[in-house]
Amino acid sequence: MAETITIEVARYRPEQEGEPTFQSYEVPFSKDWVVLDALNYIKDHLDGSLSFRWSCRMGVCGSCGMTVNGEPKLTCATFLSHYSPGPIRVEPLQNFPVVRDLVIEMTDFLEKLQSVKPWIVRKDDPAPAEGEFLQTPEELDEFKQFSMCINCMICYAACPVYGLDPQFIGPAAIALAQRYNLDSRDQGEQERLDVLSQHEGIWGCTFVGECTEVCPKNVDPAGAIQQYKLAATKDWFKSFLMPWSKP
Amino acid sequence: MKPSTAYRQYHPKWHRTRVSTLWWSRKWSYLKFMLRELSSVFVAFYVVILLLQLHALRGGPEAYLEFQQWLENPLLVILNGIGFLFVLFHAVTWFNLAPKAMVVRLRGRRLPDVLVAAPNYAAWLAVSALIVFLLLREG
Amino acid sequence: MANRSNEPLLWALFSGGGVAAAFLIPILFFLYGLAFPLGWLQPPDYERTLDLVRHPLARLALFLLCFLSLFHWAHRFRFTLYDGLQIKHLDPVINLFCYGGAVTGTVAAAYLLWTLP
Repeated sequence: MAETITIEVARYRPEQEGEPTFQSYEVPFSKDWVVLDALNYIKDHLDGSLSFRWSCRMGVCGSCGMTVNGEPKLTCATFLSHYSPGPIRVEPLQNFPVVRDLVIEMTDFLEKLQSVKPWIVRKDDPAPAEGEFLQTPEELDEFKQFSMCINCMICYAACPVYGLDPQFIGPAAIALAQRYNLDSRDQGEQERLDVLSQHEGIWGCTFVGECTEVCPKNVDPAGAIQQYKLAATKDWFKSFLMPWSKP
Repeated sequence: MKPSTAYRQYHPKWHRTRVSTLWWSRKWSYLKFMLRELSSVFVAFYVVILLLQLHALRGGPEAYLEFQQWLENPLLVILNGIGFLFVLFHAVTWFNLAPKAMVVRLRGRRLPDVLVAAPNYAAWLAVSALIVFLLLREG
Repeated sequence: MANRSNEPLLWALFSGGGVAAAFLIPILFFLYGLAFPLGWLQPPDYERTLDLVRHPLARLALFLLCFLSLFHWAHRFRFTLYDGLQIKHLDPVINLFCYGGAVTGTVAAAYLLWTLP
């Protein structure tokens, strides 16, 4: 079994160079090491200047998304042994501007996420004394899958439409909007429609389906988007054919 | 040059990669997607043939015979063979993906995709059989 | 209510066209494109074909097939041009070509079906 494995890491230091370069490192190979372990080994022992994001190292925080051998992955969930004997190429997440090394600029995603109001929206405002909202297991089942999103943006890296048109709201944001639309406690569907039904909101999606393929939490954002298209279309026809009905 | 007195936030120069025009050729799943989208061209192609057929029908028996003979041209047969495969691809991918948009819930659980797609396939077979029956039976 | 785009209408036509094309075109393409020209099956003759197509239900069905299938193509091809060739900045030209083409074909279909002998 190999003792070490080569990791080719994308480096980008704007104060030094105008274009990204690659730097190779030899890291110890262990069957239970993931790519994140290798990156941390590099930072701890070989090259302290390497910059990358990580946190929980167990696939729930969504911080460590990067491109590994061309595929968007959570580096804490990607084993070195999968790519043995290597080399393994690690690059920043696609479709986002690169700030430094493996760190990408994610403000665009955060703004889009906020624009879809990913929280319970109520028209009324019942006092806590009136009691909790009750929800049956069936009602929970309607949106549970979409609530599993950890905002890792791997779906954005896989989505060719987002890469081509930065105005596209993107898989995760739409899936989370749908998560709240389907929540029986929520009353904000119309408010979200105003944002999402705009030209680039959801209509840029051509159902490539790659977002669902790469999602590490099986959220199926592609499914959420198609459901949303159908709901938005029904709503459009309703407002067109029955403009007097209350939204 | 006089330095600006207003505070300017330090902003490192980001690197943005331009998406290649051949992005869809890089991954098999992207290529499959492109082929699926291009199947719509053969959908339109069939409509054009249908319109030509209707035009020939209006023109009388000789015109219709000419149309039928035109369809026998080997180049056209090859094109139609390719077109048929593409519209078949369209139908199969359409029925397989339709359950994603139309969620059917029964007794509090979501029906698995295959159970939503299956009736579509059955209806497709039935409609196709009906058309064959209508066209091929004795007058 | 904020100003919403008209994309939902175009998407609805795309969807309807996808369904119509999926159900009807494979078998028709197979018969008229391959089976009849290659002699695998005997096609209906001129009189029989005219009889079948003349029926008001047949005319309606064929019109809807043409109309919806063309708009299905128009919508899908428009996005293929955006994403495949990255020419989204030519939006007005693309829209004219795609939806204009679909409208032209639909008008032609209506005319041909209405004026059958």
